[in-house]
Amino acid sequence: MKQARVIFEGVTYEGRECDGQLLLADGRLLALDAVTWLPPLAPVARPRTILALGLNYADHAKELEFKAPVEPLVFIKGEGSLIGHRAHTERPAGVAYMHYECELAVVIGRTAKRVKRDDAYDFIQGYSVANDYAIRDYLENWYRPNMRVKNRDTCTPLGPWLVDAADIANPMNLALHTTVNGKVTQSGHTRDMIFDVPFLIEYFSSFMTLNPGDLILTGTPDGIVDCQPGDVIVTKIEGVGALENTIKAEAT
Amino acid sequence: MQHNFGTVYGVLLNAQAEWDAYAPQMTQPPYKAAPQAPVLYIKTANTWNANGGTIALPAAQQQVEVGATLALVMGRAARHVAAKDALQHAAHYVLMNDLSLPHTSYFRPPVKYKNLDGFLGLGSTLVAVAQMPEPASLQLEVRINGELRQTIDFSEMRHSAEQLIADVSEFMTLHPGDVLLLGLGADRPLASVGDRIDITAPALPTLGTLSHSVVRELA
Repeated sequence: MKQARVIFEGVTYEGRECDGQLLLADGRLLALDAVTWLPPLAPVARPRTILALGLNYADHAKELEFKAPVEPLVFIKGEGSLIGHRAHTERPAGVAYMHYECELAVVIGRTAKRVKRDDAYDFIQGYSVANDYAIRDYLENWYRPNMRVKNRDTCTPLGPWLVDAADIANPMNLALHTTVNGKVTQSGHTRDMIFDVPFLIEYFSSFMTLNPGDLILTGTPDGIVDCQPGDVIVTKIEGVGALENTIKAEAT
Repeated sequence: MQHNFGTVYGVLLNAQAEWDAYAPQMTQPPYKAAPQAPVLYIKTANTWNANGGTIALPAAQQQVEVGATLALVMGRAARHVAAKDALQHAAHYVLMNDLSLPHTSYFRPPVKYKNLDGFLGLGSTLVAVAQMPEPASLQLEVRINGELRQTIDFSEMRHSAEQLIADVSEFMTLHPGDVLLLGLGADRPLASVGDRIDITAPALPTLGTLSHSVVRELA
């Protein structure tokens, strides 16, 4: 099942994909462009942990002129940076390089502490597509990548769907593509992750408890390009979804 | 006690003495330049540890670094807020203990040092901003097993609460309930298994005492 959270006629609904349309929890069937999309995540009582990987694809690590890391390079994002499908992401005035990052997002389904990799898939509720934008002008070598690069409002689109784990036979065998205004700029494959999803769940849960609704954004492959106001960015992962986002100039 | 905090953000290198100690390295690799914007980190919800609780030290670790601080809880959303207006967006102050495994490199995000379960002690007494003197007039005292080990003087922070809110809200929204830790003191004391940590603000007893004990994590 592909689940969604949307706003329709001013009300927030749960919904699910049904024959190319959106079936609301109240039974109405709507066109996908009839609603405002929210991140496909049920509310949680405490702030959700969002772990994001840097340099988790060998080709991207090479592109950025780093050696592949020997342990996961992880940073944390605040929930405030999340937005839904078909929303707008702000590009600050005067910056030179703002790029998308198409990433497989893992949503935790069960409390996970000291989970072994062989059991890791049991703790996953499902998958979504994240676009983990970065504004490289602000990169500093202190807790890098620092939050001025990575934790900006509107800069983490997520969605459209939360796809049940049972519907994805092997999350380590999915093609990723990003298009900018319809032109393919990024192509990769989840099999090329340096640290795969079971490893990441074992690694993180060895020192911190992962709670239902927490997210792991698993990093992006080669092929990042600058995005300008008006550009339409679609980050797509095979079987998971196509997340559309439009860049707009930040209001000043 | 039930806490309704939002995302908890800490700020690196706000104590002038710690900044000065790092200054000779700042132009060297891997940093190459002094930080320009506030360098933030997040204390995730798994770190939250109510007053009076225990801090479980993993088997491989001998000591935990004590990061006593004053935390500001936001009352209204803050984005593009000027320093002079910043405290209008804040609701409460509360004591917190931002615990870390000792580490000296600030190059990569400190997740495995700062985001262990139970590594953020939460004070149980919220004091309204209107009831508080300027934070810069406050000192915190850290005692380990009753012995005074650190005094943190908030007049010696590089950026005031107002300035931090302004600088952070330049690039992201601080939402109601979000928490900004106003800086750790330099030369943070270390605690070991069996130790008791008490944090107080002697000039403002209404903030209460924030206490935790360090225990060995069960295998």
